[in-house]
Amino acid sequence: MTDAAVSPGMGLNQTASKSAPLTTADGKPLKAALRKANGRARRNALLLVAPLFVFLLFTYTIPIVQMMARSVMNPEVANNLPNTSAAIGDWDGEGLPSEEVFAAMAQDLKNGGRSTIGRVAARLNTDMPGLRSTMMGAMRDADEFQAPFKEALLADDDDWGDPRLWTLIKRETRTITPAYYLRALDYEYDQAGEIVPRPENLQVYRSIFWQTAWMSGLITILTILMGYPVAHLLATLPLKRANLLMILVLLPFWTSLLVRTSAWIVLLQQEGVVNNFLVFFQIVDDNDRMRLIYNRIGTIIAMTHILLPFMILPLYSVMKTIPPSLTRAARSMGATPLRAHLTVYMPLTIPGLAAGVLLVFILAIGYYITPALVGGEGGIFISNLIADRMTGSLSQLRLALALATILLVGVLVLYWLFNRLVGVERLKFG
Amino acid sequence: MSTGDTWPVSIGFDDADHEGLTIGKAACRTCSKLKRRQVLANQAERSVGAAVTFDGVQKSYDGETLVVKDLNLKIAEGEFLTMLGPSGSGKTTCLMMLAGFEPPTHGEIYLDDKAISQLPPHKRGIGMVFQNYALFPHMTVGENLAYPLKVRGMSKSEIRDRVERALGMVELSGFGGRRPAQLSGGQQQRVAVARALVFEPNLVLMDEPLGALDKQLREQMQYEIKHIHDNLGVTIVYVTHDQTEALTMSDRVAVFNDGVIQQLSPPETLYENPTNSFVAQFIGENNKLSGTVSKVINGECEVELDTGATVHATAVNVDGEGSRTTLSLRPERVYIGPEGTDNTLDGRIEELIYLGETIRARLTVAGNDQFIVKVPNRGSSTGLTEGASVTVGWSTADCHALDPIAT
Amino acid sequence: MLKQLALTAAASAMAITAATAQDSLTIVSWGGAYSESQLKAYDEPYTEKTGVQILHEDKSNQALAGIRSQVEAGNVTWDVVDMLQSDAQRACDEGLLVEIEFDEWLAPAPDGTPASEDFIEGTTGDCFVPQILYATMFAYNTNAFPDGGPKTIADVWDLEKFPGTRSLEKIPQKNLEWALMADGVPADEVYELLATEEGQDRAFAKLDEIKGNVIWWEAGAQPPQLLADGEVTIASAYNGRIFNAQVNEDQPFEIMWDGQMFEVDGWVVPVDNDNLEQIKDYLFFATDTQRLADQAKYIAYAPARESSVPLVGNHEATGVDMKPHMPTSPENFQNAVRFDVEFWADYGDAIEERFNAWLSS
Repeated sequence: MTDAAVSPGMGLNQTASKSAPLTTADGKPLKAALRKANGRARRNALLLVAPLFVFLLFTYTIPIVQMMARSVMNPEVANNLPNTSAAIGDWDGEGLPSEEVFAAMAQDLKNGGRSTIGRVAARLNTDMPGLRSTMMGAMRDADEFQAPFKEALLADDDDWGDPRLWTLIKRETRTITPAYYLRALDYEYDQAGEIVPRPENLQVYRSIFWQTAWMSGLITILTILMGYPVAHLLATLPLKRANLLMILVLLPFWTSLLVRTSAWIVLLQQEGVVNNFLVFFQIVDDNDRMRLIYNRIGTIIAMTHILLPFMILPLYSVMKTIPPSLTRAARSMGATPLRAHLTVYMPLTIPGLAAGVLLVFILAIGYYITPALVGGEGGIFISNLIADRMTGSLSQLRLALALATILLVGVLVLYWLFNRLVGVERLKFG
Repeated sequence: MSTGDTWPVSIGFDDADHEGLTIGKAACRTCSKLKRRQVLANQAERSVGAAVTFDGVQKSYDGETLVVKDLNLKIAEGEFLTMLGPSGSGKTTCLMMLAGFEPPTHGEIYLDDKAISQLPPHKRGIGMVFQNYALFPHMTVGENLAYPLKVRGMSKSEIRDRVERALGMVELSGFGGRRPAQLSGGQQQRVAVARALVFEPNLVLMDEPLGALDKQLREQMQYEIKHIHDNLGVTIVYVTHDQTEALTMSDRVAVFNDGVIQQLSPPETLYENPTNSFVAQFIGENNKLSGTVSKVINGECEVELDTGATVHATAVNVDGEGSRTTLSLRPERVYIGPEGTDNTLDGRIEELIYLGETIRARLTVAGNDQFIVKVPNRGSSTGLTEGASVTVGWSTADCHALDPIAT
Repeated sequence: MLKQLALTAAASAMAITAATAQDSLTIVSWGGAYSESQLKAYDEPYTEKTGVQILHEDKSNQALAGIRSQVEAGNVTWDVVDMLQSDAQRACDEGLLVEIEFDEWLAPAPDGTPASEDFIEGTTGDCFVPQILYATMFAYNTNAFPDGGPKTIADVWDLEKFPGTRSLEKIPQKNLEWALMADGVPADEVYELLATEEGQDRAFAKLDEIKGNVIWWEAGAQPPQLLADGEVTIASAYNGRIFNAQVNEDQPFEIMWDGQMFEVDGWVVPVDNDNLEQIKDYLFFATDTQRLADQAKYIAYAPARESSVPLVGNHEATGVDMKPHMPTSPENFQNAVRFDVEFWADYGDAIEERFNAWLSS
């Protein structure tokens, strides 16, 4: 910000253009003077946003970076089986490793305590169910192992004679692994170390990702269908009645989740209000009551309800600014009410509509508690699986972090796409 | 900071965007205005070729008060009729009923002798210019103009021709590709007018169309609209609260107050011969003097003012001897130190304001300390001084005895 | 320095338990009626005896994640945590928990049996002191079955004889065991079979039979509610919840004890805690024979010590004899299956994935 820093730029200016650069009355370069005059305001502005910036750094950026880092971490084998890790590097992967490797393993089992071996056993068990017991058992017996260790270990548990176990250990000696991301996309390593799809009956994440996306899309469409007329009504009603309606719209915000959930259960369950009503008017048979909750329908109904305000509010704020004279003008020029609406009113609500779509869809895609409560088995979202894995073992935690990272990247990609298609600067959030 | 403190004059904003406003041919060509007005007024009165007829129209929004009370009005084909009145007087409501956006609560409106109460706005074929123009912000100027034509299913080439012509008419050729937001207020206004006319309606409604413009632009647009009217011969119903606008442009003016037309006359009549105190007050400047009618003879009356003095006035709207009345006097028809006027009163000069062409004198006359006299500035000293006692006078024909109003 | 302090504190704690360096303990549990029973049976008497204040946090449903983050952050504020045995094992594997010296830390039975031998077989863990034994079993609404409800696990699968919607917990654990039992596998062979691909296929195939008639629950409060609302006729549930509905809410529920799966819930101690002597003192008190028996006065879960069983008395609030409501009472225990924590530690991750895939297919 000093004059010295600015002067080279001025020199450039002077050579670039023949005409003399503008200067202030006392002959200083105008640009420098301007920068100096504005510098103070800019510094103050920076100071004002600094707390937020620091806050975001600590509560948002750093945790996300940590999350991404952890989702590829794989220190268990290398750290907790140091001798084996060193020895197994020379193994060519054919048959069983040499006695040397078995000896190293016996040594590691003997040296490692409950938690040392526990960690590596839990880690390896994710890829080879049952291995945990094998290792923990061997750890307890490790003091009695005598050379030749190969025989000793095989005698302890014949799983030690499974080449898959050793291939796995060799592969997992690396401290950074894409394994959790593979798992998160329903892929795995096969015996030869190739990446292959998981067995069909174990594939779950991709279909849930897909389900999360299409259900969020459907919910977004439903909020548009229901929210658009309401927002229009809000924007055109006299203030007093509009305020009352606004309270109804905002009610879901103010009601606790438990109250809302209970209300949905009372309404939607098979012995609930809606079903009783339908049975009473003989629309459905008493023995054939509809399942409206604890499935996809339940999730869709509940989430549409919760997210409706996020569609209505931006729409409302945009509609409020559209003068009624515009549609009147269209009608005075001969357009039918429908045509006036479609050609004049609707296009003008697009900034609000797009903002609503972005808000609702991105909120929906990360939704967790509502699908968990009313989604039953079919209506769950990827966040439910993430939350579930979060509370599990360390490997599951890392898998959850990988899933969360994929979700985050997915949302960012969507945002980018949306920006390309609609233009975020055109949006009006309310 | 020191360098920032002084700003040399040499920093010019040479490239600043000066609004390239095209000025239309504003000068009003003399036309046989008065004659035409007379014809139109006669036509309307006889209901021959009346473009619009309001027949006993009443309007209420809340079922408790009438915004428009028993409106009867005939507008002749090709007429420029202005509805003038303060806000809340019912003039805009009348326009909205005519356009079809509000249904009359009672009565009927006829367009070319057809009852239109049941006809939705888009079937009425009425052009309309709205307050703040109501241009579609998401369309270009060209698309805005093409809108009513597209709705009517015209061919692309015809639309193009008509849009071109309409833009030419408002002198905006070449602006068709711009968005309304890229135009100045005056330009937007012209687009709005062009859009209301592009589909060649016989009747065009204008709802305070110049309200958002600054004074200079407003005057210029008045002439332009008037021109278009003269050239196209369309019927225009114009709503405004600005009396200058009304007087400048209209064939006839309907002065609204309290849901009732107070007077329906050509501008001259409105100014020269107001039929009631409201109109006298609302149109132009006006001095009021209150008194009691003591004699009525041959359309003239003798009025005893509340201060005891007696003056003569033209009896326009008095109930007869003994009734209260308010006298209306235009400031430019009062003379200071008069010779040979019908009436004289004593007064005292309270304040003198130099206005260039005139000097505006505020006097106390017959107890009214807001009595204004406009003295033409003839160059030589008027000899008036504040505080001086003077005599004021006027001719009986210029003083109208109207309905009494509380002072 | 700290160590020295702790040593001095430990020395004095032996003599006068009340006067330790820190006069409060933070105990994490499940909340609700369960925490209440612990408060009455352990905490209030302990505070009365020692003057140590007990602070409660109801965070056990995220105990594993909580301990993990506290240990990683080097700021362990939880002293004693109530945890499921399976979670305790995972945490122990990860080195998050202190290993327990049973005979050194805990009180022997009144007859002198050392603590390590007094707990019900298979319930202790390296880092885990069992506390109560609870059962997950089926219960039904008697209104739905006027002619008598289901008697065996196979009956639960019999939609013809016992029509109506079922409710099961949305986890593979226990459901797969029951599915095999319903398919005729003897209780003691269930886990052996489940460890094989064929066994898992067989269990899922059996679950397929009722999949369309199941509402899956996730919180323990749900099954009694679903039964009461008539949404389901048979539900798997925790025995304490059903007892509560029967005794406190007069619901017409009946427990079907056949095939009950029992497991234990107990205490763990996170590592890196400088309050260990105080914690040991609390555990010594809270897990002795009488305290465990006392807890059954407030909630229908069985004490995890053999020696406590005969001491179980009447329900404090209603006076009901608690012995027949204990999962461990002989007539209830006839065809009981011990929930195999080791098995699920080995196969849980894989089976959970398959279960999720199965659910959403």
